Amino acid sequence: MEVSGYPSPRTDAFPAGLRVLVVDDDPTWLKILEKMLKKCSYEVTTCGLAREALDLLRERKDGFDIVISDVNMPDMDGFKLLEHVGLEMDLPVIMMSVDGETSRVMKGVQHGACDYLLKPIRMKELRNIWQHVFRKRIHEVKEIENHEGFEEIQFMRNVCDQSEDRMFSSANDLASGKKRKDYENKHDDRECSDSSSVKKTRVVWTVDLHQKFVKAVNQIGFEKVGPKKILDLMGVPWLTRENVASHLQKYRLYLTRLQKEKELTASFGVMKHSDISSKEQNGNHCLQSSVNMQQTNGSCGISGNKTAMQNIDFEIHEGDLKSLVKVPMVDANNGLGGDNTDSQRGRRMNADHSFRKLDSDVKYATTIPEQYMWSAEGSEVQANQERKQPFRPKPGFNPMPLPSLHQNIQFDCVRPTPSFVSKPSNIHNDKLGGSEKKTIFVKSVSHGNMVDLLPVQPQSELTATTSQEVLKPDPSSIVWSTKNQRAADQIFASNMESAQRSIDLVGGWGLATWEENQQGCLIEADIHRLTQGLENIESFSYNEAGIISEASSYLYDSLKFDYEMPLEPMEYSVIDKGLFIV
Amino acid sequence: MERSQFTRQAANMRKTLFEQGYLDDQFIQLEELQDDANPEFVEEVVKLFYSDSARFIRNLESSMEKNTLDFDKLDDLMHQFKGSSSGIGAKKVKKECSQFQDYCKARNAEGCIRTFQQVKQEYATLKRKLETYFQLTRQES
Repeated sequence: MEVSGYPSPRTDAFPAGLRVLVVDDDPTWLKILEKMLKKCSYEVTTCGLAREALDLLRERKDGFDIVISDVNMPDMDGFKLLEHVGLEMDLPVIMMSVDGETSRVMKGVQHGACDYLLKPIRMKELRNIWQHVFRKRIHEVKEIENHEGFEEIQFMRNVCDQSEDRMFSSANDLASGKKRKDYENKHDDRECSDSSSVKKTRVVWTVDLHQKFVKAVNQIGFEKVGPKKILDLMGVPWLTRENVASHLQKYRLYLTRLQKEKELTASFGVMKHSDISSKEQNGNHCLQSSVNMQQTNGSCGISGNKTAMQNIDFEIHEGDLKSLVKVPMVDANNGLGGDNTDSQRGRRMNADHSFRKLDSDVKYATTIPEQYMWSAEGSEVQANQERKQPFRPKPGFNPMPLPSLHQNIQFDCVRPTPSFVSKPSNIHNDKLGGSEKKTIFVKSVSHGNMVDLLPVQPQSELTATTSQEVLKPDPSSIVWSTKNQRAADQIFASNMESAQRSIDLVGGWGLATWEENQQGCLIEADIHRLTQGLENIESFSYNEAGIISEASSYLYDSLKFDYEMPLEPMEYSVIDKGLFIV
Repeated sequence: MERSQFTRQAANMRKTLFEQGYLDDQFIQLEELQDDANPEFVEEVVKLFYSDSARFIRNLESSMEKNTLDFDKLDDLMHQFKGSSSGIGAKKVKKECSQFQDYCKARNAEGCIRTFQQVKQEYATLKRKLETYFQLTRQES
């Protein structure tokens, strides 16, 4: 791959100096395109492999304005690259191919391509690619202009731009996080300068915002949604129809992907990095949607939990799964507020319902299942579920991604689980008295290596403290106990301290419930998941931004308890704190 | 390319290549890209094409040697070859590639084998002609 040096900031008059990244495995075309683009006075960087291109893009976060990529490439599907770029970097991507079949073109557009060129490509076609960059900019500027305040935008941006950042335990931390688009920030002078400037501002889809979005979508009915309807329902004054439209598109893509993953047979320990499009937004969305679900569902079940549980119980049979779900529900209830048995029962029922609901919800969820590399032990645990044994394996901890989960839950939980896998399981083990190590099956998959999570202990200290501080949920609502913290710690132990922080938040919830007799297992599970997700997110330093987002989405899902009051405030705070890893 | 640099022979040959359908408009695109910064751009690209093609043909041949043809793989390989050919405007080669791909989709082994021979033939012919052509362009007028 030839790199023509770090693209310098554009100083020429737009569109001259447009920084283009060309990705094509065909050397002949690479040379031709390079020459053509240079003739258009663009700054060209060529790349022969998709992976290299992604690395390059991530390395130079604001180094490019537009990406042109071939559809057929040996190391990665062009459409996947397209998704990654769109989500992670939010750059316009143009697809190219010799094949001009309508279905292919449509696929390109569905994946977010802003244009699809047929080879042989003429130079005049390349001359106009700047329009895509310009268009995006205008939209962003418009969005920003509508925004209330710069700080808010800044905050949101930070929140969203965390694909590779650590998780922020608080909004404040976000600000210090790495901004995805430093370039944007540089030019973003708290004022929307003229649209022709380099400045790029985007709407940051915060958890809250996304929750509103998902809520609106669900209210309308997924098939009938349209940006205008969503916008009206959301009632966010500064949001534009375009914002919603593009967000909806991404959301749809995300759902489609989740759907596909759902159909995958659980392959534990297999991280689908590629699949996990680090879609920060997606991740966030997922999470947000979970949260939203929570509110809208109203059923006790912790929908998020359920999914977590479900996911975790990969190996659990459906029946077991259900039972598992139930258990958590009850527990969760207990954990939440010590509901009486009646309510528990009621909750249980709800859980079932929500369980089902979760399924659908889960769809949006991050692909958690993948991440969890749960060992089969979960099944045993499941059997115990009925007996109200602590969910060790199950709780949303990632550790137990039982295969069955896959079936039921289309989690799109954070796939990138390497790090997080370990955590949940550990926690569980601790909590459960380590009776069933199986729970910790979460294998942290670091780039494909599965590490057994069991041993998470050591870090518990760390997380314990942090989580305690952070998590201290309202006792009445969420039983955040130190135990939970410990468990959470364990989860974190696997690697990320920062993740721990956030995870603790999450884990704290979940863990607490555990202790009490599976109470809030769901919560825990969810939390764990969240934490795991968070962790994963953190540990995802490896450019798997998508993963992180997935994780966050997953987390959100977990958070998507159907718990009413007690949980809500906490959840959100937790979410806000920890989830926005992206 | 400046006409004055062309020998009459080169100009004639070029005309023939277009008329006989060996090259299409893409070749002209390449010519238009050639400038002082890259005075031999077209030839460089064509040389890249030769090396790419050699690789494709090698891969295709080894895949075709198997008893049972993996049509999807062959289709994919040929697709790449076709993409490369389209880069320089190798019209006839491209046409044969498409034909081959059709046979792949139809799972017609005999058709594939036959068409593959044609692809190779067209490629060899074009290569020969282009080499001659570039030699002519290098001649002082």
